[in-house]
Amino acid sequence: MILLSTISDFFSFSDPNVLFVLAGMVFLGISSSTIGTFAFLRKRSLTGDAIAHSVLPGICLAFLLFDTRNLWVLLGGAFVTGWLSIFLVDIVTRKSRIKTDAAIGIALSVFFGAGIVLLTYIQQTGNAGQSGLNNFLLGKAAAMSPDDIITMMVVSGIIVLVVVLFFKEFTLLAFDPEYARASGMPIRFLETLLTTLTVMAVAVGIQAVGVVLMAAMLITPPAAARFWTNNLKKMVLLSVAFGILGGFMGAFISYTDNRMPTGPWVVTMTSLLVLFSLIAAPGKGLAARWLLRRRYGEKVGRENTLKVLYHLKEQHPERQTFTMEAMLQRRSMDPVKLARALRSLIKKGMVVRQDNGYQLNTSGEEEGKRIVRIHRLWEMYLTEKMNIAADHVHDDAEAIEHIITPEMEEKLARLLDFPDKDPHNKTIPW
Amino acid sequence: MSDAFWIILTGSLVAMTSGLLGCYLVLRKMSMVGDAISHAVLPGIAVAFLLSGSRSSVPMLIGAAAFGMLCTWMIEVFTKKARVQEDASIGISFTWLFAIGVILITFFADQVDLDQECVLYGEIAFIGFETWLGVPVAVWTLGGLFLAIIAFLYFGYKGLYITTFDPEYAATLGISVATWHYLLMGAVSVTTVFTFESVGAILVVAFLIVPAATAYLLTRKLQQMLLLAAATGVIAAVAGYYLAVWINASISGSMVVVLGVLFAMAFVAHIARKASPQKQKNLLPDNG
Repeated sequence: MILLSTISDFFSFSDPNVLFVLAGMVFLGISSSTIGTFAFLRKRSLTGDAIAHSVLPGICLAFLLFDTRNLWVLLGGAFVTGWLSIFLVDIVTRKSRIKTDAAIGIALSVFFGAGIVLLTYIQQTGNAGQSGLNNFLLGKAAAMSPDDIITMMVVSGIIVLVVVLFFKEFTLLAFDPEYARASGMPIRFLETLLTTLTVMAVAVGIQAVGVVLMAAMLITPPAAARFWTNNLKKMVLLSVAFGILGGFMGAFISYTDNRMPTGPWVVTMTSLLVLFSLIAAPGKGLAARWLLRRRYGEKVGRENTLKVLYHLKEQHPERQTFTMEAMLQRRSMDPVKLARALRSLIKKGMVVRQDNGYQLNTSGEEEGKRIVRIHRLWEMYLTEKMNIAADHVHDDAEAIEHIITPEMEEKLARLLDFPDKDPHNKTIPW
Repeated sequence: MSDAFWIILTGSLVAMTSGLLGCYLVLRKMSMVGDAISHAVLPGIAVAFLLSGSRSSVPMLIGAAAFGMLCTWMIEVFTKKARVQEDASIGISFTWLFAIGVILITFFADQVDLDQECVLYGEIAFIGFETWLGVPVAVWTLGGLFLAIIAFLYFGYKGLYITTFDPEYAATLGISVATWHYLLMGAVSVTTVFTFESVGAILVVAFLIVPAATAYLLTRKLQQMLLLAAATGVIAAVAGYYLAVWINASISGSMVVVLGVLFAMAFVAHIARKASPQKQKNLLPDNG
């Protein structure tokens, strides 16, 4: 209940600071997740990391040169060095055998080192205005001023506007840069524009989470969104939603205890959203894929059981029921899985349990016959049409018999002209 | 011995050790994995501090090695199991672990004697405070680390060489590529932990990558590259120290700035040489 009252406290905005923090998180989510999605799809996520570290010397230089803490001036400096770092990465990778990853590592660490030198230099000069610069390292989300928020709002507005205007071009650049080049799009211009927007998004975000963790705001929300959709527009909206949600959760945690730093908590909560998506997202999530695999395994188990029963009946036409031992002798299977498959088949009404074993029903016999037929047809196809030796075709047929649809079966049968015997001279049941 | 001597010696040991290992990271195109590990050991160091209540190296080493491995494992799970592309997997893993490390250090600030400045850029200026037999403890540990890494690179030379340049051939010879991969990652984690106090979690990346990349621009022979990387590191340690004293700023940061300048010079030389028609010997493969 303490939690509930803290939550209602938090959202009642009785503390005006909370309103600023949440507004900051909204603009951070909008700007970095939007532009991060394109970086993610272009597999340039780590470029964001390089930019984020590289803005530090720019901020310090702007402060030294203009002797002001005006945010627009500092962000201008950030913009220059952030942009310069990417420009240098580009030149180094194009003109030498240094690869992109090393070039990014060099840019981010050297620019950051330069930033640290400038920062420590400014600190020892004892300039009264320097106290705020440290905040750019790990952010100061909990102490943002209305001016900071307005700056963030303006910059994220510009980013959204440009992305909307160039949405089609950016999409093509992300998915098919070769085609974009071939169709005469100004690739260099578009790439530069995207870099510029990334630098702007970084400049917005470092207020809240700092230069070190800024990369996470660009990378993590799009990665979470990617699990839920294949549609770019939905992905952008979803990653903005994740970015804002992670921001709110992180802000809330640091609200409950003032020893909790906001920026790192925002990153942690957004990362937890990735973890949640990784497990729970339908289709691409681990749980969904595990379930799919399990269902398929059960289907294969059932079909193999029907097949074994059919084979046994083929072998002993005089008998109707067969024990589990007999089935296991005919085909090596996991007894536990066999028992499970039999239970499921009884429930489906394909197999009946008798006193001395199991018996195929009419529908079960039909299904068993179908599987055996596909298996033998496929063996036939491989030997007849693909010229594969008869003793090499069994394993392949074992796998394909669970996949072939009735339409494909009919095509196969037609192609082979409805044969009676398979390559091992066994009857193909029709 | 003066403070200056010890600081330069410490910086040189850090730079040589990381520079040598960095050669293999650069050649294997794993620079950003080194970056990731160096960030990811932070929570390990913080947890070790909390549990042991001291700065002694053994718990820190265990904690950091555990989180270094956790980070490589996370990257692997994200890429292999969840099919997230590699660059994003690296980015998510290390920022998350680093964030957790910062949270631990801030939240338990009264129990963990590590401040944010130390995390970000180290405290090489204060290494002379704690001594043993008249020599700073940091020099003992970093000297030991340097010798251990030299031994690793000397005895593992063939294995590292072949798994770096021709992993397929190594596999056909029955040399385990994965074993050498994890040995190298382990060496990087250990180096990060030992160098952490001197240069911080982020600047160590510069010491790992920049000297190696500088050497890679100048030569194509592995042995020359290793020597050049170590030499680059030492030059940066010496010049960086005096730069820092001159402008009165962070020593480790200044060393990194000098590294950046050295790289820029090598790059310009590389471009100039490429422009001249003189033919080069192709000994190291282009690795591209």
